[in-house]
Amino acid sequence: MQEYKNSREPLIRLTKRDSMPLGSRIVVRLVSVVLAMLVCAVLIYAITGINPLVVYRTMFEGAFGSKSRIWSTVKEMMLLSCIAIGLAPAFKMRFWNIGAEGQVLVGGIVTAGCMIYLNKLPSALLLPVMVLCSILAGALWGLLPALFKAKWNTNETLATLMMNYVAIQLTSFFVAKWENPYGSNTVGIINQSDQKGWFPQVMGSRYFFCVVLVLLLSVMMHIYLKYTKHGFEISVVGASENTARYAGINVSWVMIRTMLLSGAICGLSGFMAVAGASHTISVSTAGGRGFTAIIVAWMAKFDAATMLLISLLLAFLQNGAGEIASKCGLNDYASQMIIGILLFFLLGCEFFINYRPVFRHGKKKEVR
Amino acid sequence: MGGLVTLFQAAVVFGTVIMFGCIGETITEQAGNLNLGVPGIMYLGAISSLCAVYIYEGSCSPESPASPLICILIAVPTAFLGAALGGLIYAFLTITLRANQNVTGLALSIFGSGVANFFGGSLNTLAGKFEQVSVPVSSSAFSASPVSLIGDLGVPGQLFLSYGFLVYVAIILAVVVQYFLHHTGAGLDLRTVGENPQAADAAGINVIKNKYLAICIGAGISGLGGLYYVMDYIKGTWANDGSIEKLGWLAVALVIFTGWKAKNAIWGAYLFGVLYWMYLYIPGLTRASQEIFKMLPYVVTILVLVIGSMKNSRDKQPPAALGQAYFREER
Amino acid sequence: MAEAAITLQNVTKRFGSVEANRDVSMEIRRGEILALLGENGSGKTTLMNMLAGIYYPDEGKILVDGKHVNIRDPKDAYALGIGMVHQHFKLVDVFSAVENVMVGGGKKRGDVREARAKIREICDKYGFSVDPDKKVYDMSVSEKQTLEIIKVLYRGARILILDEPTAVLTPQETEKLFAVMRNMKADGKTVVIITHKLHEVLSISDRVAILRKGEYIDCVDTETASTESLTEMMVGKKVDLNIERPQVEKKQLRIEVKGLNCYNAEGVQVLKNVDFELYSGEILGIAGVSGNGQKELLESIAGLQTVLPGASIIYHPPGGKEGVELIGKTPRQIRELGVHLSFVPEDRLGMGLVGTMGMWENMMLKDYSVGRGIFTDKKKPRELAEQVRKELKVVTPGLSTPVRRLSGGNVQKVLVGREIAAAPAVLMTAYAVRGLDINASYTIYQLLNEQKLSGVAVLYVGEDLDVLLELCDRILVLCGGQVSGILDGRSAKKEELGRKMTTVEVAADAGV
Repeated sequence: MQEYKNSREPLIRLTKRDSMPLGSRIVVRLVSVVLAMLVCAVLIYAITGINPLVVYRTMFEGAFGSKSRIWSTVKEMMLLSCIAIGLAPAFKMRFWNIGAEGQVLVGGIVTAGCMIYLNKLPSALLLPVMVLCSILAGALWGLLPALFKAKWNTNETLATLMMNYVAIQLTSFFVAKWENPYGSNTVGIINQSDQKGWFPQVMGSRYFFCVVLVLLLSVMMHIYLKYTKHGFEISVVGASENTARYAGINVSWVMIRTMLLSGAICGLSGFMAVAGASHTISVSTAGGRGFTAIIVAWMAKFDAATMLLISLLLAFLQNGAGEIASKCGLNDYASQMIIGILLFFLLGCEFFINYRPVFRHGKKKEVR
Repeated sequence: MGGLVTLFQAAVVFGTVIMFGCIGETITEQAGNLNLGVPGIMYLGAISSLCAVYIYEGSCSPESPASPLICILIAVPTAFLGAALGGLIYAFLTITLRANQNVTGLALSIFGSGVANFFGGSLNTLAGKFEQVSVPVSSSAFSASPVSLIGDLGVPGQLFLSYGFLVYVAIILAVVVQYFLHHTGAGLDLRTVGENPQAADAAGINVIKNKYLAICIGAGISGLGGLYYVMDYIKGTWANDGSIEKLGWLAVALVIFTGWKAKNAIWGAYLFGVLYWMYLYIPGLTRASQEIFKMLPYVVTILVLVIGSMKNSRDKQPPAALGQAYFREER
Repeated sequence: MAEAAITLQNVTKRFGSVEANRDVSMEIRRGEILALLGENGSGKTTLMNMLAGIYYPDEGKILVDGKHVNIRDPKDAYALGIGMVHQHFKLVDVFSAVENVMVGGGKKRGDVREARAKIREICDKYGFSVDPDKKVYDMSVSEKQTLEIIKVLYRGARILILDEPTAVLTPQETEKLFAVMRNMKADGKTVVIITHKLHEVLSISDRVAILRKGEYIDCVDTETASTESLTEMMVGKKVDLNIERPQVEKKQLRIEVKGLNCYNAEGVQVLKNVDFELYSGEILGIAGVSGNGQKELLESIAGLQTVLPGASIIYHPPGGKEGVELIGKTPRQIRELGVHLSFVPEDRLGMGLVGTMGMWENMMLKDYSVGRGIFTDKKKPRELAEQVRKELKVVTPGLSTPVRRLSGGNVQKVLVGREIAAAPAVLMTAYAVRGLDINASYTIYQLLNEQKLSGVAVLYVGEDLDVLLELCDRILVLCGGQVSGILDGRSAKKEELGRKMTTVEVAADAGV
């Protein structure tokens, strides 16, 4: 028989907090951002030997130092939040759409296809066609895993993840097909001469339309999730499928409909990335944003304004770290490392918002 | 004939990278944690070993040349530890701080790829403007094959004995992990944690400890895939081309394809390799249509996943509690 | 007198403000079969869970073989030789029997061959039969239970606790189990069986310990006990609660249920040929030990349950219009047919309400889709929420506070308030007062009576027999998924009710 040891009750137990006031929640998150920045500063100092304060000033300059830098940061922010907006309804429904990367890419492919094959159309007609096609392509990419899940309860996390790589290979296929100039293995800038299918320039920037589009989308998504019947259904399905059935909601249909929408918006981000920003297509058109956006949507708890804010923070880090990298002759993957660290801190801090440790002897202690 | 031999060789080399990744992730998933950080973990394994041997080889001079054995003794543990550290971050966040597994895994992928490409790129820079980093002694130590030591043995030699030692380590590891998970008590306990943590808890198993160990060791093994990639597959250099990331996701796919059984990874990984390189051996393909062929491993995985759920075959399902957090509620 | 294997001294366990066990002192003697008898919610399982290491007592002491022990987790319990077979099996579906037995065994578990041999030895010794290599997902419920018992014996338990083992067994299987239990006793093991079936208590146990509402009542030798004496101790003397029971003169047939049969997810038949009628202006109580088909019965009427073909549930609308068949329709289709059906399910936050939403959003859960346009109407639910808050005195910081943060009573008021506000013709409630304090309970009774007076047909699934006897006009008793009797609430005796709940006398001829 096993040895039985007499011992006392556990040292620390965790109890769920009822709720933390909004103010404290913001403070916890801010503290975690600051801590992440401190860790990054130490890291950068250790590697490059540059004074951390200088580092952050350089980063700020890199992200906001000039008009074109600001636009570049804004572009990055918009691309990221657009995908996050697309993911929000799926995640709110607790449908793990890890497939944004692929949905963005197929949207980008058909956009580039339209620009290449339909460049005889007038721009006023071409752009709407591009929008429509990218939406359809993204929606299709989102639909498949939703159908599998609705019909056979196929694990959507794994299915959407795999769909990404089908899309990536599809992109490689078209890149090779549309290669220009021959042998370069890139598509090059599409329609460079006549700028057909490009976003028109407004306020001195081509990204202006991206901003308009994304802000419009985020307002619409906010309204959709908060004020419409569809949005209500999504919330109920996400909270409990049992309750949804009790309320008379057709769960399978809501799942399919929501994934069509989610895929469509991700497809539209692909359109934006191609027609509005890069004017070319490659496997880096999505550039991992599809994955980063998942974290953005999750951490923002699907709130459109918060998503914009987190996207801005990440875009700032991305461009700012790029600046340090180029100034110190390092490469700009430094930004990914910093973003990774920041994400760890932000993910970890949620714990202190949701739980309160209780120590033995019934003593209660608040921990931030 | 010669074409088939080279296809097989290419498939084995390709397959070995993802086999390590798959074996590690299988252990992790059997403990009920879906770690989407495999690409990041493989990156961490690759870069920590590369940095370590780069420093070692750099410290050697022509008078005291670097020893291949010491290279291996340095690279393998650093790859394992570097990757296991990544796993530890994931484990701490998802188990202790109860963060969402999917999101944490993705963050780890971003972090790992950032760290690896940052240092990899910096190593390139250190190595000189136009040169790539290279660790010749380590690379040849890792790619030395039995054939290169004992001489030509004809086709069988080319097929089975023309690889670096990690290829054989991967196969042995797959067998060992399969045996551990399915034929030992500790493996049984671990799988119980992934299938039904409540049952594990009621049977007196320490759920938290099992999960931590599985994730960290699993990550370490996945990291060896990165080690093999950097030392043998690309011969001790570094390229910021995102290949490891692609391979990492393929490793996640392979876990599904193998039905969460490490032994199936042995042929599954090589099959993925064959599927991936097949385009080279199919006549009349343009460079574009080759890319369609590279899609095959993923398409096959999706089919396996969908058919598995259609048939609802009980033995081919993911661990029942995969992706779910477990907290014993109030006591 | 035999020695005590386990002694409980003044054990108390609280969950929040609810006392599941209060000051329980009792002993379990070595080598006996002890039946632990009590109604639902009398604290039997909680008490035994403290011995198995699932819960830790808030107050009191546990002595094993006369020594004071702290049982922190199941591992400690195993080490002390205590093993419990839980009502919800703790088995891994994709594992074989032998693998399940070996789980968590530590160094001593041995290899598969030894385990198989040991399982066979245990089977031979006690009269089980189980195929060591059969996967759990291929097993019947009784096989799973057998496996659970083997698992506990394999780990070397001297004291076995079986939590309602017969609830899922056929009479034949129950007989087999009892034979095994007698063999275990003969082998010197101590067995505790948690149950509320009196005839089983009388046929298997040496002594009976009775719990009522978390308190220890008494422990008697089975030889000296009778069905009557045990029932009285279990349900207690009739308590006068002073619940009103107004009389409604004009009653109309509202719902007619015929030939209802239904299986649950585990493939166990949970409803067997259920027939009854429900009238307007009455409260029809449904009595029965929980898990005897109540949930499935209500969900069948609400359109949430798949039933076997051949059943019929006809709804007769007020005003003498033609009846409507409800079977085969979804909740929304039922609503769209103009059937005014309100349903307060047992699982309030997992089915009736969305815990993360505020009160006002929950008000529109069932009729958010009413009205044209794509937007939800927010004004009406807010007004309704305000009205419910005022009329039912719901205590909440605000209408947007997530309802899972409210106390149990307030959660229930929100749910009942919404369902009544829908002006139903039929109101079904499952355990409407579970977990509520006295005042909140009376509010609910009052509401139900108001509904009855206004001509609503009320179906009340309850567990407190005193309440059922004072509130309901008629009481339908479910036992093992069958209707074991429909009694008049005004003349029925508590003992009669208790007996019908626990005995299957009607079942024999009702045809299986």
